[in-house]
Amino acid sequence: MRILCCVKRVAAPGAKINVTADGLAVDATHLGFATSPHEECGVEEAVQLVERHGGEVTVLTLGPPEAAEQLRYAASVGAHHGVLVATDGSAWDPQRTAAALTAAIRGLEADEGPFDLLVFGNESADSGGFQVGVRVAYALGRPIVNGVKGIEVDLEAGGGVVHARREIDGGFEVYELPVPAAVGVKEGINLPRYPTMRGRLASKKLEIAEVGSDAQLGGQSLVRLHRPRETVTETEILGTGPEAAAAVVDVLADLGVL
Amino acid sequence: MLLVVLEHDRGAMDEATREALTFGRGLAAQMGAPMHAALIGTDDADLVAEAGAFGAEAVYTVVHEVLVDFGPEAWGESAAELVRRLNPSAVLAGGSERGNEIMAQVAARLDLPMVANCIEIQAGSGAGEWTMTRQQWGGSLLEDARLVSERPLLTIGLHTLAAQPAPSAAEPASESVDIDLDQSLARTMVKDRVVLEAGVTLSTAPVVIGGGRGVGSAEAFAPLEELAAMLGGRVGCSRAVTNNGWRPHSDQVGQTGTRITPEIYIATGISGAIQHWVGAKASKHILAINIDPEANMVVKADWAVIADLHEVIPAIAEEIKRRRA
Repeated sequence: MRILCCVKRVAAPGAKINVTADGLAVDATHLGFATSPHEECGVEEAVQLVERHGGEVTVLTLGPPEAAEQLRYAASVGAHHGVLVATDGSAWDPQRTAAALTAAIRGLEADEGPFDLLVFGNESADSGGFQVGVRVAYALGRPIVNGVKGIEVDLEAGGGVVHARREIDGGFEVYELPVPAAVGVKEGINLPRYPTMRGRLASKKLEIAEVGSDAQLGGQSLVRLHRPRETVTETEILGTGPEAAAAVVDVLADLGVL
Repeated sequence: MLLVVLEHDRGAMDEATREALTFGRGLAAQMGAPMHAALIGTDDADLVAEAGAFGAEAVYTVVHEVLVDFGPEAWGESAAELVRRLNPSAVLAGGSERGNEIMAQVAARLDLPMVANCIEIQAGSGAGEWTMTRQQWGGSLLEDARLVSERPLLTIGLHTLAAQPAPSAAEPASESVDIDLDQSLARTMVKDRVVLEAGVTLSTAPVVIGGGRGVGSAEAFAPLEELAAMLGGRVGCSRAVTNNGWRPHSDQVGQTGTRITPEIYIATGISGAIQHWVGAKASKHILAINIDPEANMVVKADWAVIADLHEVIPAIAEEIKRRRA
């Protein structure tokens, strides 16, 4: 099967995030970059699917030329092709991003027909617009379900079916999408592998196709990024050993949860 | 008119929707417009009444055979069609998984901009310029944004405000709307549902006992499980724990996990990295147990015990047993 996976280059998650002096971007000087976590799992899932069913994984990203690093990383863990829609590095609004990705996918599909599955991250770790995958899938006429944490593909059943699992409170829901389909996946769908030495070497040879974009600005624009006001909490220290248990249980009793 | 798209799960209103209605009352007042609501897949009188209690003056209901259960495309098309027919000045939904998904479907279908997870909104007039503050990085960073749209589509950051019924509310007008939905929209309807655990879940538990890297192993979570069971709560964990394979990802609290809202979150052996904190900060109270007095979780907690969690957790369980005896 042929799978297309969209990824986003973001500042490496986990650390305290600072903003540049002009307030227009995250200051990544001391952070480094990574693939947004949901999408990293998306690549892993795509690679596992072609390991089971055969086929190839194409990874597509929109970002500055440096986002080629994320395509190479995907290749180092098993992806076969990389495509970059290069920007000047400024933050693109969700409509413009979706339009550019849609055009890029149409271009890729012009020769070989539709991908069996488009894999998006549920939302990007940074701007978190919660919409790009849905917009692209709609424009391409593909069914899409978000929040997916489990995928099984049956290519034999009536033209092909994707069974997608989505977590709900205390359980999960199952969707059954006809191929060609699209999913927005979430971290937890798998534990992404680390690149092997062989994978790293292969990724150096990855030929990255670059496509342009004439997508127009959408309605939303960034004015300024800032850190939320931190509420200062007076932390009451209840103790420094197991003898603090009585004070802890007093707290629980006061809150009525005992 | 401000239209709020209601989210419910098989007839139970979602907390994110109550938050959106609460936020919507203020926004509608700012716009000088009434707040109406869209109820999809049911015309249940209790849900209509609840929307009314939260300030909706009218509720439009859409019932159809492709809406018997949740499906992002059928719900999205229903909401989009209501927007086409009712011409609201703005559309609002809760910032839950489904709320954002439905709004994205509406945005795609109407080719309108959508701004997700807002925490403050200044309404524009007509095709005027709206400004808002919204969450990036799960809320650890904020974005001031500008929106030029005749019909803004907006969602409200999950648990960024407390849901409150309207101080005074009348019985809402209820109107059933017939929409001719194409059968093909059923292709993304829920086919099956598996409930693994009844009762309280991580997102509804009154007490959450969180464990981080400091717990040390999968087995070492047993005392946390025991304490959680004694308190009718649930065990949660940090990203480090799921990355180590000690707990399933469904237990993860944080930006890429669950947003919890317990009465008390007891965070043990968790340093409190920002991506964990954004999932924990809506807890009403936080108690941290950590050997490091400088840990972010300790600094942000209401109470802390600076000690080894492996000694403190069993001691708390013993103390509870003693008092209950």
